[in-house]
Amino acid sequence: MLLHESAIKQVTGEAVFVNDMDISSEMLTGHVVYSKYAHAKILGYDLKQAKALSGVYAVLSYKDIPGENQVGPVAKDELCLAEDVVTNIGQAIILIAAKDKNTALEAEKLIDIKYEVLEPILEIEKAIEKNTLIAPVRKIERGNVEKELNKSKHKISGVLETGAQEHWYLETQSCLCIPGEDRNIKAYSSTQHPSETQAIIAEVLGIKSNEVEVEVRRLGGAFGGKETQANHIAAWSALLCNATGKPVKIHLFRDDDQIITGKRHRFLSKYEAGFDDEGKIISYSVELNADAGSATDLSMAILERAMLHADNAYYIPNMKVIGKAYRTNLPSNTAFRGFGGPQGIAVIETVIDKIARYLGKDSVEIREKNFYKKENDNITHYGEKVENNRLQVIYEKILKSSEYRKRRLEINQFNSENEFEKRGIALTPVKFGISFTTAFLNQAGALVNIYKDGSVLVNHGGTEMGQGLYTKILRIASLELGVSEEKIIVNATNTSKIPNTSATAASSGSDINGMAVKNAIDILKDRLASVALELLGSKSQKENIIFENDFVFDKNKPGKKILFKELIPAAYLKQVSLSSTGFYKTPDIWFDREKGVGNPFHYFAFGMAVTEVLVDTLTGYHKILRTDILHDTGDSINDEIDIGQVVGGFVQGVGWCTTEEIKWDAKGNLLTHSPDTYKIPTIQDIPADFRVELLKGYPNPNTIRNSKAVGEPPFMLAFSVWLAIKDAISVVGNHKSEPEFSLPATNEVIVLAVEKIR
Amino acid sequence: MKLIINKKEYNVPDSYGEKRLTDYIRDELDLTGAKNACQMNACGACAVLLNNEVIKICHVLVKDAEGKEILTIEGMENPDGTLHQLQQAFVDAGAIQCGFCTPGMVLTAHAFLMKNPKPTREQIRKALQGNLCRCTGYQQIIDAVEMASEYYRKN
Ligand code: FES
Ligand code: FES
Repeated sequence: MLLHESAIKQVTGEAVFVNDMDISSEMLTGHVVYSKYAHAKILGYDLKQAKALSGVYAVLSYKDIPGENQVGPVAKDELCLAEDVVTNIGQAIILIAAKDKNTALEAEKLIDIKYEVLEPILEIEKAIEKNTLIAPVRKIERGNVEKELNKSKHKISGVLETGAQEHWYLETQSCLCIPGEDRNIKAYSSTQHPSETQAIIAEVLGIKSNEVEVEVRRLGGAFGGKETQANHIAAWSALLCNATGKPVKIHLFRDDDQIITGKRHRFLSKYEAGFDDEGKIISYSVELNADAGSATDLSMAILERAMLHADNAYYIPNMKVIGKAYRTNLPSNTAFRGFGGPQGIAVIETVIDKIARYLGKDSVEIREKNFYKKENDNITHYGEKVENNRLQVIYEKILKSSEYRKRRLEINQFNSENEFEKRGIALTPVKFGISFTTAFLNQAGALVNIYKDGSVLVNHGGTEMGQGLYTKILRIASLELGVSEEKIIVNATNTSKIPNTSATAASSGSDINGMAVKNAIDILKDRLASVALELLGSKSQKENIIFENDFVFDKNKPGKKILFKELIPAAYLKQVSLSSTGFYKTPDIWFDREKGVGNPFHYFAFGMAVTEVLVDTLTGYHKILRTDILHDTGDSINDEIDIGQVVGGFVQGVGWCTTEEIKWDAKGNLLTHSPDTYKIPTIQDIPADFRVELLKGYPNPNTIRNSKAVGEPPFMLAFSVWLAIKDAISVVGNHKSEPEFSLPATNEVIVLAVEKIR
Repeated sequence: MKLIINKKEYNVPDSYGEKRLTDYIRDELDLTGAKNACQMNACGACAVLLNNEVIKICHVLVKDAEGKEILTIEGMENPDGTLHQLQQAFVDAGAIQCGFCTPGMVLTAHAFLMKNPKPTREQIRKALQGNLCRCTGYQQIIDAVEMASEYYRKN
């Protein structure tokens, strides 16, 4: 069993995170002063007093930015520091560098910012009314939706609200910038996207990318929250570093982090579906309205993924998906595990669930009826064929292993005997497309160095945020080069080693970086094979040379072997280069946004969960009694790590579906900015009986070692909890009436839904 | 003022008395295993043991720890430098992802297992309910504590 490569350091406290770095007594603390209003004109402020405070080294406003005042990653609509208007609470206005945090806080008190308050837009409904679209409306359509809806024997329609979600990575956003020679700057940033962080630092400082080096050894969790929004913190710390000529570290306070940074997008979705007596959906129309917050950030890509997942695991012949993202006066919403997928899937899962109740059938029958099939009914609404479909096999296996049907009867029995406590059960699937839907992002680089003593240093462009990427890369390198793991080190991710990388996101970290590492190793092996042939005195072909278990040999004469560590110095003496870059781009993927068709995904990941819950219908309190998960990771590169991703992703999804409710007051102040008010799952909230398995014996073709991406898909298995709760509520009305239900299903939502039914 | 940390005595200038214990051990002693994750007494990432009791030290002042035996994650290893069996169990069970919660988690579990070396899974959950982890989903953390409990029973 291969352990997490950092586990020993993590468990002894030696693993260094950005905030643990204390590089010199010269180091200053950076601090950001942000807007207290959701929408206001800045009338003025005076920085003199703050600047004069002893221990303060710099106080900066937008006027002090030497380069461009811009941090927008896609659209250039996000200022680094506010100018004359603020558009959300938490928007940065002034930066302070001081000898310590207390001095910085003292300095902040000396800055009196005068505002003229303007009317904010804080609800999607209001944004829709005012038509604050952030970009043109998107559409994906197949078949004739209106006609088929009109013809349908049965129809349902409704509105679903899905809530925002705070990332709550344990390590808040942090960055340490150190000045170097000339204009150079080195940033240790907790970023998922070192190359973009590098580019943005260069832009705000008005210098070139080759003068900025970004290094990331590990992050204390990210989940999408550090994909673009780590850039802000890095830019602020770089500006202060540049202004003072000293190292500057920013590590946000928890409440500041929650107030400043964006969340998972809230969605308000409207749907209509037509279906036959059997529950087969014939036509489905859905409009997804996303709350983008105050800037574009990644909203359009997130909306796009929501639209591409509006089908989830179901073949629907006539389908229309409209996507709209609206500007509001909340912090710009951003990537979060699933990246819109969960919001799109929530709607179709609601539809399936409602159809079952409408027809008086068990929802598993409706799901099975609508699943994508193998031979026909296998083209998605955007035209991509669902290949290597694992839905049927997973469905059959999990139905059996979870004893779904038997438990359904037991639950019915329990419910008939208990008046206020009700049980519910639900099975939900996920089909999740793997690749960045912006096709050009699907590229990765690597740099593999072999040193004369036979030790190996692997560099790649992905970041380690706990998901086990470095551990997987280590195994991939070891297996591909045939060298034991002790001889290999996976280096901290660094923009000087690997340039122009994509974010470690879209679950694609090991897929693309693993392939790039393999590519570099293939190049090295090709060079080394010639040397090996000579040493072995063989006339054989290079292709026959095998690298395995620290030995090198001709596969036709396995008796004669040389040690890898003997081959390397020999190759060096023969003037063979022992270093190679590697590159990978995902083949054959494209997407035409205008037409809404394409092959945006390299492949799909599949999984299913069955969850049983107990709900106290008087208080809304609920408990997850048991969850069974069967998830497809192809030939897993590391079972332990993949199971950890499935469990962790699922539980994070449970949080979004149940307890994690974000509230703002009428002025846009975040009310849930502490762990006491914002409830991420605790150890008490996970299923009492939790059985997680990986699907075995189904390799994934054309990927690194036949594996599959795993980071995001399991998040969406949490819908089994959400719908099991709904199932339990609907018992109150004998499964006849439809509970009024939104996401998250907090105790309050549950109690109200129950009252409505009664 | 004297602090006893990981069995070592430190002479602390009185001027540090009003400083938060987390800041003092992190900034002055370079013991960075205890993390600043919420600084609101709510997540357990800063948990250490004071006289074998778990304390979240983002809310403890240096002077309040005077004379008490403090155990931080840096003092958890066996005297011969090998991992303590509980640490090893965290590694083996896959209970660590990003690792930011890990030091607090391990120390909280340690205090608990010293008192209750034969816990049920329910009791483990109860003991760790004040420690937040955003990565693992906790299942493997419970496994790790369960795995390590045998060692505490024997010792
Ligand atoms: S940092 Fe002390 S409890 Fe969270
Ligand atoms: S391992 Fe990341 S918070 Fe626990």
